[in-house]
Amino acid sequence: MRKCSLDSLNSVFAKIAEAMALYLPVDGSDGRAVFSKWEDGSVLSNALNTVRSPKDFFFPQSEDLMRFKTEGKNIEIIDIRPESEDFAVFGVRACDVKSFDILDRVFLTEPCDSYYASRREHGVIISLACTRPSETCFCQAFGIDPSTPAGDISCFKTDNEMYWQANTEKGEALLKAIESLTEECTDEAVNEQKEKIRAIMKKLPLASLTTNSFGGGKTTELFDRPEWAELSEACLGCGTCTFVCPTCQCYDIKDFNTGNGVIRYRCWDSCMYSEFTRMAHGNNRISQKERFRQRFMHKLVYYPENNDGLFSCVGCGRCLSRCPISMNIVKVMKKLGGESK
Amino acid sequence: MQKITKEQLIERASALLRDGTVNHVLGWAQGEFDYDITPAVFSDESSLTGNFVWNDFCGANFSKYLVSKCRTLEGKILVFLKPCDTYSFNQLLTEHRFDREKVYAIGIPCEGMADIDKVKAICGDGISSIDCSGEKLSVTSIYEDSPISVNTADVLTERCVNCKSKKHVAYDELLGDEGDILDSARFDEVAKIEAMTPDERFAFWQNELSRCIRCNACRDVCPACTCEVCVFNNPKSGVENKAPANSFEEKMFHIIRAFHVAGRCTDCGECSRVCPQNIPLHLLNRKFIKEMNECYGEYQAGETVGSKSPLTDYTLEDLEPGEVFDRGDINA
Amino acid sequence: MQVKEYKPLIVAFCCNWCSYAGADLAGNNRLNYPADVKIIRVPCSCRVNPMFILRAFQRGADGVILCGCHPGDCHYTSGNYFTRRRMAMLFSMLDFLGIERERTRVEWVSAAEGAKFAATMNDFVTQVAALGENKRLEDLRCKK
Repeated sequence: MRKCSLDSLNSVFAKIAEAMALYLPVDGSDGRAVFSKWEDGSVLSNALNTVRSPKDFFFPQSEDLMRFKTEGKNIEIIDIRPESEDFAVFGVRACDVKSFDILDRVFLTEPCDSYYASRREHGVIISLACTRPSETCFCQAFGIDPSTPAGDISCFKTDNEMYWQANTEKGEALLKAIESLTEECTDEAVNEQKEKIRAIMKKLPLASLTTNSFGGGKTTELFDRPEWAELSEACLGCGTCTFVCPTCQCYDIKDFNTGNGVIRYRCWDSCMYSEFTRMAHGNNRISQKERFRQRFMHKLVYYPENNDGLFSCVGCGRCLSRCPISMNIVKVMKKLGGESK
Repeated sequence: MQKITKEQLIERASALLRDGTVNHVLGWAQGEFDYDITPAVFSDESSLTGNFVWNDFCGANFSKYLVSKCRTLEGKILVFLKPCDTYSFNQLLTEHRFDREKVYAIGIPCEGMADIDKVKAICGDGISSIDCSGEKLSVTSIYEDSPISVNTADVLTERCVNCKSKKHVAYDELLGDEGDILDSARFDEVAKIEAMTPDERFAFWQNELSRCIRCNACRDVCPACTCEVCVFNNPKSGVENKAPANSFEEKMFHIIRAFHVAGRCTDCGECSRVCPQNIPLHLLNRKFIKEMNECYGEYQAGETVGSKSPLTDYTLEDLEPGEVFDRGDINA
Repeated sequence: MQVKEYKPLIVAFCCNWCSYAGADLAGNNRLNYPADVKIIRVPCSCRVNPMFILRAFQRGADGVILCGCHPGDCHYTSGNYFTRRRMAMLFSMLDFLGIERERTRVEWVSAAEGAKFAATMNDFVTQVAALGENKRLEDLRCKK
């Protein structure tokens, strides 16, 4: 483990930015944290988390896949993806780090998504342990320890120091690059802090949430529960929850006619939308209740069923604070029996 | 603090359910915390006493729910309306969007709603409870030993700071006292942007709109947006898109959204309340309202049922489009 | 290397009953106006919804002009009165967003005003040419 003082953090960032593009959460013009590219003068935000998740770096909201050009009877297909370059994302919280396990299983299993894979290969994730979890946090329900985040490098911020620990080869290489600015140290202070965070986690209002009633094989039990009607009653059908979610991975592939060719692009889609997975006969989920149920069944039942029991929610709490009508996965879980007494 | 209490509302709703005047109650349901309140339909007294809530975080405007609930629910629906909600209520009636006969509206006074993000800016994360019953909000946090006292005025939502009316323009029954139409400073922010140079305005909006994630929450919550299929969702419209692929699409969506409700927007402020990216969408709507007031005479959508909006009306002497820029132009 | 002269692309929406006939008359009278003005015929100026204007910009227009019957002369009695209000609002919104106000215009051109049509187009093209390319309402994907 290595450490640097918080005062010298800026020069450490500068050093990393010499090697590759560095992104970190800074306070935006509206006061909310947002991942931005580091430049001299960037100040690391104190906010617990960003509104948009770091999934954007690996799976952007909208990306061009290819371009078609027709000339006479020939169709030319042009690969327009930009060359991937190395980049690092600093300040990824434990929940968001976990979200990459979930996305990897979707995009990196055969047939592998080469767009996502290339970004994963070039991206270094530098996580940051939480020091002040929010009431909306429930990562512990999914077995995540916010005091000990994974990632290529784990960072721990104490009152005066930033501690760095490499977990992968990529992380080792990056730590090597900043070796001159950090010093070797023991993990005493970090361990002390971890204990403090774990104690706070027990006090959080959502600490009692459990996943016992969910998981693979629960489809028949949960699918027809009458509670779905009540839970989805007020749902507006907007895409806020899916777009701020670090694990939602549905997308649509569309063609855009530019007038001088066609650009094929993909963009995030939301199961909350009425035209989601629309087929020739129309839509198979005709009411908002079915769309709403799909989202939560996918996170809590279908995904774990296909992925060794791994839930596709990491408890980051973004949907809790952003849903226009304050309906969210915690309320769903509690209603369907996910609270230990 | 709200002048009318939760108990009063529950009592009145229960009485109306009991005597059969109404069959359902559209109200606010308690969440996990004291601020995450969900609109809900209550159909019996026990669910009312168990879950109904009325505090400083009941911002949701129920008018739009009437459009769908009047179709799906049997019997009569009781709806609680804050003063600003009653304007949306009237506007939807003007557009024949729900059956007035199926609704029993109770007007309730509102002292302004709090913005949880503003509360968190003061108290930080980790809020375990918020007591709204006193003069000030009393916020308990897991990180503080004693509750933090917060002035309600400091945490009001933008729309409540610039509240345009405490007067109900529609109801079957009024609980509490009637208020007045207020002189608000709601156009000040618009005027400030108008006073910028075009380059500054462009930069301002580029910065704001580039944050849009096209979740469509602003549209889906808007009581004036009641199209069965939005043009942006309709593959046949030619402009359907799900994500803002570039800055053009961001602008197009927001211009069209604001334009489509121009003359019908009551300035209820729901769009800005729900925006996960904190984009001041109400400024676009207010720009239209301000412009129409100045060019075609004062008009408040929803003030009366059946009124004609400026864009569905005309006079022979209207300004020419080129002339709107010439009247006392600060940027000329 | 020869620098290509910048010629703005203009989309002109013309109402079927007056302005389109006015454009026709301009042609019959051999009056000159730039070939970069692309005319789209619409049944009434009132048919033009704000989306049309934005889409024209998206697809590469540098300026959009809307021509209809003179107020009072609308074939459908009142269509152009609605156009007048609607476009006044749209243009002031575009201005509010910092998009150059000189890129949009509404002009009333009757069937007898071939000369006015040509003069208007010449004037509008000059005005837009002075601004240069449309950058603030462009869709890069649509650029070659």
